[in-house]
Amino acid sequence: MKQKTRADKRKGALGQLMIPLIALGILLLFNLIRDPRFYAISVATNNSGNPVLTGNLISIIDSASELAIIAMGMTLVTAACGGQDISVGAVGTISGTIFVKVLKAFPAINIGTVLLAALACCLVTILFMSFNGTLVSVFRIQPMIATLILFSCGRSIAYWIVGSATPQIDSPIISAMGMTIPGIPIPTPVFGVLLVGLLLAAVFRFTTLRLYTETVGVNEGAARLNGINPVLVKMGSFVILGICVAAAGIIGTSRMGQVSLKTLLVDIEMDAILAVAIGGNSLGGGRFRIIGSVLGAYIIQMLTTTLLAMRVDPVDIKAYKAVVIIVIVVAGSPVVKRELVRLWSLLRQRVLPAKGVK
Amino acid sequence: MVRPVKRREPLTDAQLLMTITIGIFAVMYGAAMIFMGGGFLRTQQLFDLLNDNAALIIISCALTIVMIGGGINISVGGVIGLTVMACALYLNGSGIQNDVLCIIVTFLLAIGIGLAFGLFQGFLISYLDIQPFIVTLAGMFLSRGLTTILSANPVKVTHAGFQALVKARAAFPFLGYTAKNGNLIAAKLEIGAIVALCVVVLVYLMLRFTRLGRHIYALGGNQQSALMLGINVKRTRFMSYVLSGLLSGLAGFVFLMHKPAGNASVAMRSEMDAIAASIIGGTLLTGGVGNVIGTFFGAMILATIQKIIALSSLNESWWQEMANGAMLGLFILLQSVILSSRSKHKKTAPNSAAGRGGWRTIRPRMGRRRGQ
Repeated sequence: MKQKTRADKRKGALGQLMIPLIALGILLLFNLIRDPRFYAISVATNNSGNPVLTGNLISIIDSASELAIIAMGMTLVTAACGGQDISVGAVGTISGTIFVKVLKAFPAINIGTVLLAALACCLVTILFMSFNGTLVSVFRIQPMIATLILFSCGRSIAYWIVGSATPQIDSPIISAMGMTIPGIPIPTPVFGVLLVGLLLAAVFRFTTLRLYTETVGVNEGAARLNGINPVLVKMGSFVILGICVAAAGIIGTSRMGQVSLKTLLVDIEMDAILAVAIGGNSLGGGRFRIIGSVLGAYIIQMLTTTLLAMRVDPVDIKAYKAVVIIVIVVAGSPVVKRELVRLWSLLRQRVLPAKGVK
Repeated sequence: MVRPVKRREPLTDAQLLMTITIGIFAVMYGAAMIFMGGGFLRTQQLFDLLNDNAALIIISCALTIVMIGGGINISVGGVIGLTVMACALYLNGSGIQNDVLCIIVTFLLAIGIGLAFGLFQGFLISYLDIQPFIVTLAGMFLSRGLTTILSANPVKVTHAGFQALVKARAAFPFLGYTAKNGNLIAAKLEIGAIVALCVVVLVYLMLRFTRLGRHIYALGGNQQSALMLGINVKRTRFMSYVLSGLLSGLAGFVFLMHKPAGNASVAMRSEMDAIAASIIGGTLLTGGVGNVIGTFFGAMILATIQKIIALSSLNESWWQEMANGAMLGLFILLQSVILSSRSKHKKTAPNSAAGRGGWRTIRPRMGRRRGQ
C-alpha cells in the first residue's frame, strides 16, 4: 500500500511536469524543422577580447535569468498564499536603483562595495516584500490586491530615490556580473540562476520550509491546528521572494550598466505568474514544484526568441504568445485532462482484450 | 424557532464600505473646492471628471461584476485598446456613405469585439475550469498584440459623421456659470459620460433585482452553497465574463468618442485602475460583496486625485502613481480592519451560525476549490 502511494506521488509529480515538458519539446522540434541553424552555437570574442559563446540557445538561457529567478520566488508565494505578487517588477526596479545609488556613493567600485550594495538591495527588497507579506498574512488581504499598491507606486518610489537622471555604472566588475566573466564563455546571469536554485534546493533539503509551505497552502486552518504559524510561513515566502527580486534587479541593472525606470524588469510580474502556471503549479496554492516554474520561464523566453527569429515584429509578439499560452493552459485544464484520460482508457479497453486473445 | 435568514447581510458590509467611499470622495472634492478653488467651484469640473473617465467607469463596473462573482478580469484595458483601434480603422476605411449607418456598424463592431472576448474567456474559465487570472492575462496579451498587428502607428479618426458625434454635448444651462463678459456658459456633458452613468444604473439594477445578479452574488459568496441551492454555477460565471466583455467593448466605443484616435498605448494599465476603483468602492476580491455605486465613487476618487495633481504643479505621472498607491493602501487596510472587527463581533454574538462568520474568514483564493 505504501509503495503504491509513493508510485502515485511520483506519477503525479511527473504529470505536473508533463505539459511543460511537452510544450518545450514541441518548441524544440518546431525550431529544428523550421531552421536547424537555430541551434548553432559559436565562439566569438567580445569587445574586451575574451571568448564568449553566442547563439540562440545561449541567449535564451541568458535572458531568461531574471524571469527564472523571480519565478522561483513567485512559486513559493503562490504555494503559501494562494495568490500572486504583482509588485515584483516595481520592487525589482527599486532594488536596481538602490544598487546604483550605493555604488555611486563610493569613489571606486570593487568587490567589497558591490557586495555591500547587493546586501543593501536585499535588505530594501525584503523590507518592501515584508510590507506585502504583512498585508497578506496579518491583514488577510488577497495577495494580488495587497501587491497592487506597490505595483502602482513602486516605480515612483524608485524615481524618488534616483531622480530623473539615469546614472551609468561603468566597471569591469559590473560588466562581469551582467555579461561574462573574462575567461568563462558562459553568461554570468546563468550562474545567478544556478546559485539561487541551489540555495533554494538546500533550504528545502535541510529545513521543513517546503512541507510547511505546502501545508499552509493546502489548508491554512489545519496547518494552524497542527502548530504551524501561517503568518510566519507566509512572511517567510515573501522574504524569499524579496531576495529573488533583489537578485533579479541586480542582474538586470548590471546587464544594462544603468538603471532605466521605464524598462527594467517591466511586465516581468505577468511573465513570472505565467511561468508558475505553465509549470503546472496550482495558482490556488498548495503543492508546488520549483523546477516546473523554471521550465515555464525558459519556455516563455524560448517562445519569444523563436518568434523573434521568425522575424515577427517585437511589439506583435504578445498576440502569438497569448495563443500559445491559451493552448498550453487548455491542454493542462482539468476538464480536458479528464476527457483525455477517458479517451485513453477507452482506447486501452479496445486494444488490451485483443492482446489477451493473442 | 426558525430565525429569519438575513439575506442581505453581505450587502450591508458593502453598504458600509460604500458609505465610507462616498464620504471620502465628498471630503476630497470639498477640500479641492476650498484649497484649489477656481474650476472646482463650477459644475463643469465635476462633469469633466465624468467626461474624461467615462471608459474607466464602465470597465470598473465590468470588473465589479466579475469580482463579485469571485473572479478577475485583467483583459479589459487591452480590449478597450483593440476596440478603439479596430473602430478607428473601420471608420476611416469603410465605404458606407450613410453616416448614421456607418456609426451603428462601428458600434456593433465594438460590442462584437468585447462580446467575442467575453464569450471566449468565459468559456475557458467556467467550462474548462482554467484560472481566470491566466485566461484574462492571455486575453490582455492577445488584445494588445492584435492592436499593434492592426496598426503599429497611431490612427486618427477622420470620419466627418463621427467627428460630429465626438463634439456632441448635452448642455445644462441651469448648472452653468456666468462668464466675465456676462454670457451664461452652460455645463456640458459628453455622450460617453451619459452612457457611463446609464451603465452604472443598469448594472446596479441588474445586480440588485435580476435573477442573474442575485446568482452572481451567491456564486461569489460561496460556490458550494450556490451549487447546493441549485444555481447553475458554470452558466452564472460564464455570464459574468460575457457581461464584462460586453462592457469593455462598450467602454472602447466610449473611449473613441472622447479621444477619436487609435493608439497602441490606449488605456494602458487601466485594468489596474479599474480594479483599484472597485476595491476602493468596497468590492472584495473574495467575491460576494460589492456594489456598483461604490465602484462609481471609487473611480471618481481616482479621477479627482488625477485632476488635483494635474492642476497643481507636481510632476504628474509619478505623483499620480504615488497618490493612487497610498489611497489604495488606505482603503485596503480600512476594509480589512472593518470587516475583521465586524466578523469578530458576529462570532461573539449569540446564535450566530459558525458557518456564517466562517466563510468570510476563510482565505480567499484566486483558484477555486472544485467540487469534483
